Amino acid sequence: MSQHKHQDLFDEPACAKNRDKDDKARKKGCGGKSLTPGNAAGGCAFDGAKIVLQPITDAAHLVHGPIACEGNSWDSRHALSSGPQLYRTGFTTDIGEMDVIYGGEKRLFRAIKEIISRFSPPAVFVYQTCVTAMIGDDIEMVCKVASERFGLPVIPVNAPGFAGKKNLGTKLAGEALLKYVIGTEEPEFTTPTDINLLGEYNVSGDLWAVTPLFQRLGIRLVTSITGDARYHQVTKAHRARVNMMVCSQALINVARKMEERWGIPYFEGSFYGVEATGTSLRTIAKMLVERGAEADLIGRTEALIAEEEARVATALVPILPALKGKKVLLYTGGVKSWSMISALHYAGMIVIGSSTRKATKEDKVRAEALMGEEGETIDNLPQRDMYRKLKNREADIMLSGGRTQFVALKAVTPWLDSNQERHNAYAGYDGTITLLREIHKALTNPVFAQVCTPAPWEM
Amino acid sequence: MASVAKSSKNCTVNPLKTSQPLGGASAFMGLDGCLPMLHAAQGCTAFALVLLVRHYREAIPFQTTAMNEVTTILGGKDNLEEAILNIAKRAQPKVIGICSNGLIEARGEDIRGDLKLIRQRHPELDGIALIYAKTPDYKGGFQDGWAAAVTAMVDELVEPDFARHLHQINILAGCHLTPADLEEIRDTVEAFGLEPIILPDIAGSLDGHVADNWVQTTMGGTKLDDIRRMGCSVATLALGLQMEPAARVIETRCDVPVEVFPRLTGLLAWDNFVAALARLSGKSVPASIRRRRSQLLDAMLDGHFYFGQKKIAIAAEPDLLLGLTGFLTDMGAIIAAAVTTTDSAALPLVPSQGVRIGDLDDLEQAATDCELLICHSHGARIAERLGLPFFRAGFPLFDRLGAAHKLSIGYRGTRDLIFEIGNLFIAADSHHHSAKGGKDAPVASH
Repeated sequence: MSQHKHQDLFDEPACAKNRDKDDKARKKGCGGKSLTPGNAAGGCAFDGAKIVLQPITDAAHLVHGPIACEGNSWDSRHALSSGPQLYRTGFTTDIGEMDVIYGGEKRLFRAIKEIISRFSPPAVFVYQTCVTAMIGDDIEMVCKVASERFGLPVIPVNAPGFAGKKNLGTKLAGEALLKYVIGTEEPEFTTPTDINLLGEYNVSGDLWAVTPLFQRLGIRLVTSITGDARYHQVTKAHRARVNMMVCSQALINVARKMEERWGIPYFEGSFYGVEATGTSLRTIAKMLVERGAEADLIGRTEALIAEEEARVATALVPILPALKGKKVLLYTGGVKSWSMISALHYAGMIVIGSSTRKATKEDKVRAEALMGEEGETIDNLPQRDMYRKLKNREADIMLSGGRTQFVALKAVTPWLDSNQERHNAYAGYDGTITLLREIHKALTNPVFAQVCTPAPWEM
Repeated sequence: MASVAKSSKNCTVNPLKTSQPLGGASAFMGLDGCLPMLHAAQGCTAFALVLLVRHYREAIPFQTTAMNEVTTILGGKDNLEEAILNIAKRAQPKVIGICSNGLIEARGEDIRGDLKLIRQRHPELDGIALIYAKTPDYKGGFQDGWAAAVTAMVDELVEPDFARHLHQINILAGCHLTPADLEEIRDTVEAFGLEPIILPDIAGSLDGHVADNWVQTTMGGTKLDDIRRMGCSVATLALGLQMEPAARVIETRCDVPVEVFPRLTGLLAWDNFVAALARLSGKSVPASIRRRRSQLLDAMLDGHFYFGQKKIAIAAEPDLLLGLTGFLTDMGAIIAAAVTTTDSAALPLVPSQGVRIGDLDDLEQAATDCELLICHSHGARIAERLGLPFFRAGFPLFDRLGAAHKLSIGYRGTRDLIFEIGNLFIAADSHHHSAKGGKDAPVASH
């Protein structure tokens, strides 16, 4: 089927992790080992594609498949919008047995028509799924015909779940943006300080913790790809001066191809922690000046960083004593495996372990260097071992995603959500203050002592 | 009473329904030492898992055969075999509950045949039950999957036996019942000196207890040996119409008589259940239960002012829909809009003019002049848009605590429902009054 195309995607010359591999390993694709039946976790390619594209808030997102794909997953991520809410409406063809037998293309076409006539979106994204892929529904053709008939972009996203993991889906979504969206419209004007953020989805408002900093520096965000984005902004992303890839290699194919096609340089950075935020702002300023922005941007950026760092330090004075020396188990992965460490070290906390799943070799080296003797990098920690570690009180708190939340709670250990289901923004300077305050709140909550107290008749 | 209509749209807008495999796997969560698994691509499990974790706020054991494009072409048997062997080695389950999905069923795979072959080749699996439920996600919904899984459990495990244990009764529990509901049922049945075998018993596994160790399967739930001896019971009580097919399997095999209870919410509905227990046990109704009945009578009298002629819009799976709408009309309310997920024998019994098999968009369109909206958590935004009071019921409930402990059956559950929903009406009425009379208007008192 689409294996050939997928292999091309994984042969990503710009990806450090890919460069480290030998030919055979590279052929296998990225995202770690292939899936083991009976011992696999994590989302599918469709999930990954939806994560990347759904934050385009004014578009309609239509899932062509049986009810499981959309019915079990819709409106479940906290990617926020400052305006349109259409992206949160769950659209699916919800195919039935007859569609499986006779094909679902007609139903798909009529569904697109119903959406356009009732909701008038600027564009419709159509997601392929396993069953409709297997029965041979040609969504590319249906989207093409619908585009012509209705006179607006109807974009096929061909990332059915069985094609691979989430990681592949994010790349396929990036390809859909490159093929059908980015560069299809020209902006009315540009400025020398135009930038895009790639791979920032405004989870819990992360983006909004950073945009005020850009505003103060006179940096114009053309679009985030795709946090709080509007369709007609993403189309114009190709005229930005600099791309920043936020916390992830997932959209590296988009970054590299935008550089090839439109000469936009990119870098990978993070807004987690005081140090990383400063580094990212400095890099943006430097790259913009290299591309023609006023040279004083660099000095103004330094001044802003100094001011913000002083503000963070003052805000944290009351809680730092309670955080100092506390041990953290960090189970996130990717860039967060090290960027979170520096945020925690800032408060004098000790990181006893950091998961380097989905991280590059460089990420791993940085994590190791930061933790030193105090901690170790962990690739994959089975839940049973995680439970034992926490039960033995090797850590005072765990930071992880929702899936492992209850491992910590059942071991009666404070826990904080560091992934996409969380309710607070942790990015930028304000985000760092929020993160450390949340950790403080978790560590000092009195329930843990009570829950650990045996019942009087068991003493 | 109700006429049943199906939505004619090609595009489902804001789905009400969740999938059959998710319902099937949820039923398997109610078996002890079980590892439920979807024979599907890994994403199917991941989405379903997230929903279950958010609803129950528990670690949920749940696996996948991780089908991919190539294995879809070649057939899923190798993945099924590898998954079972991996799970057996790693998690030491007593039972693996296997639910198929659309990908597998559209290919027409012979899973029963595959399992037979796998068993022959691996005698080390002899101590582990392998139960397969056929649950394509292009048909039906959560409730159908749950029912299919329970039917598969009894079909696979119940042993043909005609001996009778005079105190033992079977309780087949539909997916509309929460762990708290099952606790109430168990307590009531035991109060008559009867020994219930509840299947599936999610009150044992998903009631949110803190255990002393970590296992990779369900902890608590119906024991396999108890299912095997269900043929020795004096009766099978099917709770929800969805449970009737499973009950009939036991009846056919072991001659255990079936009694179906379409609903357990509401005075007369629970009276029937209590009367059946009195009859089966030969005992009179205990004083504590009579006392609770009396409390409910009082709550009905206190509460009816607020329910009378209230127009209600509700979306729920068929058996839950029947239970709640029955209760609401018992209290004098009117079901102005009823939307459900899938066809069922329960639908014609719903006390409203019509029931639509549809989505939350259908609910939103029909609910505009209603005074209360009832739905799972995805209905919250609709209630907000329409400015209606909102009562959460069904699966998933991810935006509130305590989904497992919501009690809405029996005398106590019905009493508390009257208070909870009645208070929503009171709050809306007083808001309405103060909006009309200016900010200092007195709150109406009755």
